[in-house]
Amino acid sequence: MAKIYEYLDERLSISQLKKFGEKKQVPLHKDSFWYYWGGISLLCFMVQVITGVLLIVYYKPGPDAFNSVRAITYDVDFGWLIRSAHSWSATLFLVSVFVHMFSVYFMKAYREPREFGWWSGMVLLILGLLFGFSGYLLPMDELSFVATKVGLAIPENIPVIGHGIANMMRGGMEVSEITVQRFFAWHAVVLPLIYLPLLMFHLWLVQKHGNAIPPSEEAKPEAQRKSIPFFPNFLLKDLAMWLMALNAIALLASIFPPDLGKMADPLGPAPVGIHPEWYFMSSFETLKIIGRIVPGTAGEALGISIFTLGLVLWCLVPFFDTKKKAGKTGRLATYFGLLCLAVLVSTTLLGYFLS
Amino acid sequence: MNEDSQAQTIEDGDGVSRLGFIKVAVGGMCLAYASAVGYPVYKYLNSPVAREAALGAITDVSLAGADKLPLGGVLLFKFGPFPSMLIHHKDDSWIAFDAVCTHLGCTVQYHPELDKIVCACHGGTYDAHTGANISGPPPKPLSKFNVKVLAGSVKVTRA
Repeated sequence: MAKIYEYLDERLSISQLKKFGEKKQVPLHKDSFWYYWGGISLLCFMVQVITGVLLIVYYKPGPDAFNSVRAITYDVDFGWLIRSAHSWSATLFLVSVFVHMFSVYFMKAYREPREFGWWSGMVLLILGLLFGFSGYLLPMDELSFVATKVGLAIPENIPVIGHGIANMMRGGMEVSEITVQRFFAWHAVVLPLIYLPLLMFHLWLVQKHGNAIPPSEEAKPEAQRKSIPFFPNFLLKDLAMWLMALNAIALLASIFPPDLGKMADPLGPAPVGIHPEWYFMSSFETLKIIGRIVPGTAGEALGISIFTLGLVLWCLVPFFDTKKKAGKTGRLATYFGLLCLAVLVSTTLLGYFLS
Repeated sequence: MNEDSQAQTIEDGDGVSRLGFIKVAVGGMCLAYASAVGYPVYKYLNSPVAREAALGAITDVSLAGADKLPLGGVLLFKFGPFPSMLIHHKDDSWIAFDAVCTHLGCTVQYHPELDKIVCACHGGTYDAHTGANISGPPPKPLSKFNVKVLAGSVKVTRA
């Protein structure tokens, strides 16, 4: 063992990496728990990549889509488990990404010099949602078919260019097997190609700037702040978190495998009580509520404008809430964050209880 | 670090150090995890192989209408997952072989004018009556099946 280590170390400088990890410090304080959520997101993403590649082994985009997913679910040994793990880790991925985003927001970790971490993270979140949207259609059952039709109504409502964009995404005027083929290309090729380099950039920034500390810690004199070495202390805790997340995925995937509905029928009526995946529930419900107050396309346009405005403000927060201003504007940013969180949570819950 | 070296020296009655115990326990847990993940993945990827193996275990196949095969005619069919051939020789004898070349697995073809079975990949030839490898690279004869001509079909059985 020692000889192998020596051989590798001479060529790959493992001990240098180890020394670097031992020197690198991770802050320790009452909110340190939130530091793990980026790592949990990363683990879920890796599970997505592995189970996704496994699903490609049997999945057939296009007209055979439904039957190939049926075969994966019922015929292939453990196919149900791989599909279930892919679906559950997608859910856990977005949960941990949201927790990660809000913890970064409330710890004000987007402030100088970490603005690009915030922006790249926002793009990664949007890409994550697009992964979810494009992946949802792939089984081509009744539910995924209708959900995609409804979801594409959102770009459809963009003035002037909306119709063209929606048609281009669908590959036609209606969702069909051509759409499945396109969505598969997005889901398994285009999105990963954009996502991976951006993820590397995001991780490189974390390494470059280190973990941000919340303002309450920053207020303390340096001598009173505590920290632990990245290697092995933080890494071991991180791995323990990964193990828990992996256990959670394994348990949920084996106990609650997703259903496969009836094959999509382009002429069938939309099933009663149709609703989107939980991560689109908030926007779905908000559109519904606004639609009741302002009916017709005006309501739709208003709803989409509100989302867009909210998202733009959310992304630009590093410009409003800076270290120099701190104090009052800092509190204002926190209140805006709480408001966004409250709207997201309440509209999501409303969506589930009202339907 | 100090604690670690102390731990190493603390031994219970059987001479197992605490660090040694933890190393084995953690190693064992990693192994258990790897197999809990690896087994379903292996079974998942191996699924079509397992299915074909089950298909390959069949011992006979019935070829409807093959009894009308003309003299000097050949019929290619699948025995389980494997390509196989039925030949009706000009002397009215019937024979069936595994149609996979014993050299590198190409599918062989029957040449009635030569009365030989030939593999186009590397020029191997077989005797069309016995399946024996006559020339070229094939190391073994083609495996032969039993043929029973019935009214309206031909039944091929593994010898």
